[in-house]
Amino acid sequence: MSASPQLIGSSGDSLREAFGKALSACANDYPNVVVLDADIAGGTGVHHFRKSHPDRFFQFGIAEQNMMAAAGGMAATGLIPVVTTFAVFCLRAIEQARLSIAYAKRNVKIVASHPGLDVGPDGGSAQALEDLAAFRAIPGMTVISPADAEEMAQATRAVLDFDGPVYMRTGRSGSKRLFGPDHKFEIGKGQVLCNGNDVTLVACGVEVARALEAADLLAKDGIAARVINMPTIKPIDTALLAIASKETGCMVTAEDHNIYGGLGGAVAEALAQTTPCPIEFVGVRDVFGQSGEPDELAEHYKLTAPYIAEAARRAIARKKKNK
Amino acid sequence: MNANIQLSQLSANLAAQDDDDIDRLAAHAREIRRLSVAAIYHATSGHPGGSLSCADILSVLYGQELALDASNVASPDRNRFVLSKGHAAPALYATWASFGLMDRKTALSLRKLGSIAQGHPHVLDTPLAETSTGSLGQGFSTAIGMALGLRHQRKAARVYTLLGDGEMQEGEVWEGAMCGAHHKLSNLCAIIDYNKLQSDDRNEAIMGLEPLAQKWRAFGWHTLEILGHEIPAITAAFDEARAINWRPTVIIAHTIKGRGVPYMEDQPLWHGSVKLTREQTETALLSLGTSAIEMKELLDVR
Repeated sequence: MSASPQLIGSSGDSLREAFGKALSACANDYPNVVVLDADIAGGTGVHHFRKSHPDRFFQFGIAEQNMMAAAGGMAATGLIPVVTTFAVFCLRAIEQARLSIAYAKRNVKIVASHPGLDVGPDGGSAQALEDLAAFRAIPGMTVISPADAEEMAQATRAVLDFDGPVYMRTGRSGSKRLFGPDHKFEIGKGQVLCNGNDVTLVACGVEVARALEAADLLAKDGIAARVINMPTIKPIDTALLAIASKETGCMVTAEDHNIYGGLGGAVAEALAQTTPCPIEFVGVRDVFGQSGEPDELAEHYKLTAPYIAEAARRAIARKKKNK
Repeated sequence: MNANIQLSQLSANLAAQDDDDIDRLAAHAREIRRLSVAAIYHATSGHPGGSLSCADILSVLYGQELALDASNVASPDRNRFVLSKGHAAPALYATWASFGLMDRKTALSLRKLGSIAQGHPHVLDTPLAETSTGSLGQGFSTAIGMALGLRHQRKAARVYTLLGDGEMQEGEVWEGAMCGAHHKLSNLCAIIDYNKLQSDDRNEAIMGLEPLAQKWRAFGWHTLEILGHEIPAITAAFDEARAINWRPTVIIAHTIKGRGVPYMEDQPLWHGSVKLTREQTETALLSLGTSAIEMKELLDVR
């Protein structure tokens, strides 16, 4: 028996590991990139960067507010700081992100691991279900939530190439592989993953895999669902949503987040101003989470494929009623 | 002023400073005070007490220590100053105006719609502000980030930041204090405008700060205490800070809130965002040695 404990969550395909590996792998192409950590590099994936580029890794201790504002200062000297911590602690330092990063228009990348129910057994205190909404409300902040390891790796490079403040979610648990190397991630763009004209399922993060499963369930009943992967929550791809609304006439949003203010809110706002249609929201229904494995929690809080399919049926019924 | 203040060794053996230089910086400090009061009068709001208390410190910084002028303000190698106590913005703009880094009319357009002289410094409007402040604690952390970033890029530039005493009550300040010492940021110098008053009352009544110097020493900073209205003492403290090469320096500058305007001095009432009447403004400007010509220029600006 090994003397050292197995580090939980260092498993291969989690989005945080994908991010950490991608960051480390591309760091030589971005000599101005520095990484800021608040004593959780093992959890956020940046332990890879710490090992590969120790001279560009800055330890701030368990003090996220100072770290967040200091990132603004480092950016002011021409560096590209990547601030890493858990999503809940990004909320702790959100006023620093607002004033010292966004208001000052600093080129800082805030990369948050452990978002949503995907955190699992740490429980409600650790499960950030508000981060997308909160960061989306900050002027000038780009908000991204990739769906799989390939997209995460591409998004990592994309945010480093992008000039401006970004909030990006990774993920704690092992993620399903959805995309191959031919996948093209672009900030501000969604992609249609499967076509259909009865209903559109729009998802981000861990919910993209579940939306694809839901489309399979619906297909068994002869319902053709269009599935859109929407990794950029802000700015949202309004053009793609408007086309989907016109062509399918109803929509379901799915996210590991409160149903208020996140992807669902962004989609509803975009469509209300362009091409309104009935929308059903799959997400955590304005409650806090609790301990449990991510899959158990997804089932308990009704985020799994059958619930997305059920929401799709409700949306279709509303569409028909409106006709 | 508390007579029992334990001053640093410095006050005893001040570096010889040219009398002309002291007079020059003192004159700038008076001008900073006059412009601050006039700007707050025109804005019909703003924080006079904490602007007046830091005028001498700002004068020494911009008139001497920072070595900034129009030719180097945008250089990546420039020294940087961050006003962490962002509510003293009137004094910052007044300082820039006094040293030719902002025109006087702009400094007097404080808080007006469309003015770059925002109520709290905003780096996108005034790049010289180095960052945007107004939420206590954040300018300090940002200055720490700048000091780390400059050192990482092997630049010799130094970073200065001015904090308020009430600001010490923000937890972020102590996160930063640990961080600055841990990373041995000898290119960082913090100054505390210790005027003993905050928005509602004396610091000690709101949330006691003492023993303040001991706190900073315990956090690992090279800690100096000076009288913050004595220009030679301010100069000597900056000289000493520059000579310390293994940890950051904090200068606890004992000051008087509202300094230079007798009816405001040491009165918490004049901390907050206040509206100055014409009569109050004239009285204040007279106390600050304003000539009749300058009085007219300051009060009737358009």
